[in-house]
Amino acid sequence: MPTIKSIDDLKRLREEAQKVKELRDQTGKTQIIVGMGTVGIAAGARETLKEILTFIEDHHLPDIILRQTGNIGLGGQDPVVQVILPGAETVTYGKVTPAMATRIMEEHVVKGNIVQEFRIEA
Amino acid sequence: MRELSLHLLDIAENSISAGATRIVISVREDLVADELWLEVSDNGRGIPPEMVEKVLDPFVTSRTTRKVGLGIPLLKQAAEACNGFLTLESEPGKGTKLTAKFQHSHIDRMPLGNLEDTFISLLLGTPSVNWVFKYQFNDQCFEFDDTEFKEALGDLPLSDFRVIEFISNTITDGIANARNITTKEGVVYANH
Repeated sequence: MPTIKSIDDLKRLREEAQKVKELRDQTGKTQIIVGMGTVGIAAGARETLKEILTFIEDHHLPDIILRQTGNIGLGGQDPVVQVILPGAETVTYGKVTPAMATRIMEEHVVKGNIVQEFRIEA
Repeated sequence: MRELSLHLLDIAENSISAGATRIVISVREDLVADELWLEVSDNGRGIPPEMVEKVLDPFVTSRTTRKVGLGIPLLKQAAEACNGFLTLESEPGKGTKLTAKFQHSHIDRMPLGNLEDTFISLLLGTPSVNWVFKYQFNDQCFEFDDTEFKEALGDLPLSDFRVIEFISNTITDGIANARNITTKEGVVYANH
């Protein structure tokens, strides 16, 4: 797939994506949520989110829904990242640095193994 | 917070919490007038007049109002420490506009920081909002309105890796272009 350089390229990409969409709809999508309240941002949540984006981009990961939310409400644990694999429970990670985010992406999102040492009670 | 870009991210979060569907962020660096302007305006639910004062006061806000925290008072203090100011105009039901001005060359002015990542985080993290980003460096301007972009996208998720790449490049190049900086492709843009 060549790099997208214009809105027209994007439209072509959409048409291609449409064709495989029906198949993928049945497998579900992985959700990743990053807490971006004031404390989260000050603790480095933007860098953590950027690392996750870079990982998705570099590894060409399909079917990921990434979103940010305000304060998740786990004082002192920021930046907080939650991962929800299709059909699985929400797993919450605390004090997630960019390096930890990379490991969570490798181990949990790609391979399906929860990174227990980073996990916190939510 | 160590960067004005992080403050912008924080202010924009308030707008998202206020239920805004359209948020405009503009940053203007004017080296001739020696001014740095930040502006965030939204069409959210707004703040009642009696609350506006409170939002600016670090000792009155904090926990009771979930909508805003310490972020705004901190930014206000930072602006005032740099011969600037911060104003908040709001009308319930219409929206809110926050403006902050700094003396650009002031020794205490915190760096603008990574504006690109702030824009990319907001656009990709909260796709339900119509984002408009404006960056002006002297007389060079970069403006990004995601409307056309999202129409072209259709059902394709923003978190598709090719889309992330496209957005990152568009925003990074746009800002670099306005600043007259060499981009990844090695192109130097003339400033006049």
